[in-house]
Amino acid sequence: MSKHKHHSVLPGFNLALGFTLLYLSLVVLIPLSAAFIHTAKLTWPEFWNTVTAPRVVASYRLTFGASFAAAVVNAFFGLLVAWVLVRYPFPGKRLVDALIDLPFALPTSVAGITLTAIYVGNGWIGQYLEPLGIKVAFTPIGVFVALTFIGLPFVVRTVQPVLEDIEKELEEAAAMLGATRWQTFRRIIFPTILPALTTGFALAFARAIGEYGSVIFIAGNIPMVSEITPLLIITKLEQYDYTGATAIAVVMLIISFVLLLIINLLQWWIRHRKAIA
Amino acid sequence: MVDSPSQGNRIKFMSITQSPHTFTAPQTQEAPWARWVLTGLALAFLSLFLLLPLAAVFSEALKKGWEVYLAAITEPDALAAIQLTLTAAAIAIPLNLIFGIAAAWAIAKFEFRGKSILISLIDLPFSVSPVVAGLIYMLIFGLQGWLGPWLREHDISIIFAVPGIVLATIFVTVPFIARELIPLMQAQGTEEEEAAIILGASGWQTLWYITLPNIKWGLLYGTILCNARAMGEFGAVSVVSGHIRGLTNTLSLHVEILYNEYNFVAAFAVASLLALLALVTLALKTFVESRVAQKISR
Repeated sequence: MSKHKHHSVLPGFNLALGFTLLYLSLVVLIPLSAAFIHTAKLTWPEFWNTVTAPRVVASYRLTFGASFAAAVVNAFFGLLVAWVLVRYPFPGKRLVDALIDLPFALPTSVAGITLTAIYVGNGWIGQYLEPLGIKVAFTPIGVFVALTFIGLPFVVRTVQPVLEDIEKELEEAAAMLGATRWQTFRRIIFPTILPALTTGFALAFARAIGEYGSVIFIAGNIPMVSEITPLLIITKLEQYDYTGATAIAVVMLIISFVLLLIINLLQWWIRHRKAIA
Repeated sequence: MVDSPSQGNRIKFMSITQSPHTFTAPQTQEAPWARWVLTGLALAFLSLFLLLPLAAVFSEALKKGWEVYLAAITEPDALAAIQLTLTAAAIAIPLNLIFGIAAAWAIAKFEFRGKSILISLIDLPFSVSPVVAGLIYMLIFGLQGWLGPWLREHDISIIFAVPGIVLATIFVTVPFIARELIPLMQAQGTEEEEAAIILGASGWQTLWYITLPNIKWGLLYGTILCNARAMGEFGAVSVVSGHIRGLTNTLSLHVEILYNEYNFVAAFAVASLLALLALVTLALKTFVESRVAQKISR
């Protein structure tokens, strides 16, 4: 704490930091600690049995599986979209660029009912998939579709600025030395954007795990089959099982914190690379 | 870096380059067919996941014509939902605005230990599931919660009432303005403020006349994003709302209730209002981004 003032002439440090800490504590930290304190009422075996009950484990499997699959699809297409937006001119590009953030701006309940309407048996897409035997709405595939929508902007928005910053000279040098475009991409461009791509993937994955609104409409919410973990928390709350709901919430919180830590390390990796370059 | 550059490959590269820049800029573009395929794939993906849902909202909302549409968005419960949504945003945004400025002032203008931990803590609400955000307020203010008995004695309701909705909205929108301002104010440094202080301005004068004009676009940008989330939040407010029609229903909760009652056209009509809000948000955001870009390039 001795570095406090750092011989700055500017006033207001104590007031600004004091208010920041007070506000964060009241709104975020104390409420979050309530979850951990409430769970401490349980003995370890009680806690363990609650969070590893078969129905809960099935919900983890769906939540993490669908989130992972959605993040993988978003990593691939996000990179493709970022590449096309940065490198190729096409009409309506600014409009497309602005629309990328739609999943951030559109309330999740709106996304949920809309995706459901598109993928049900008589929906715009559902009517073509159903005859092929592919059911999307009210199945785990529906969960995957909703999570793909929700995570779409993350990879695009983390990769885009890094692609913009890549120096053309490197690619020119590679071409001069006889590299094909594919070799240049694999050996020069891809390693440069890999940290950003991984960060975008992790952000999309983290967001998908906690997602609720867009999923519950399209999931069908069948226990053991298409029930996500956040919904299970709500179900337990509606049965006044506060302790059970909180125990599962604590598991989710711990996973979120670990992911947050990983994302911070990834971002440090990006900055570190930039500093070297 | 490049493995076995064959002579034949290089010659092929040179010969298909027809631009007048051949000698200064060698081939750093994909072949035209590759560009077409990649652009087509990207646009197909975006059409499937962005354009189609957007079109579907309005198409479903207007399925039974304008009259049904207008009736759905002007019935009393819908109007009450609009009012509550606006109220929650009108309380949450100013509070998070003050928080954002205070946090950015402390973090960007001073050096202190634990700064990076503080920045991570500010981002924390982004990584917490909205459902968990609602749950933790239940644990504090709910009937079985820490303050539950005291609140009941004094006849104050927070959970299943408007204050709970406001609190949940504040929680999920805490980081939006702070995270825009912190990097912006860090990049601007402290010279201008220091000059103002040395010339005799007070701290508040410095903030008002020097700092705020410098960060106004960042402030606006953060506020736009904060507003979109505040008005659209679903999971967190769903837990604390209790879904009382006309009383504790925000717009996005109202969408859910109508939908679960199989009143699809009305659900999509209300949803289309939120979709319009999203489109306005994106337009404003793009406009502000272009202003910021201009400022930096100048």
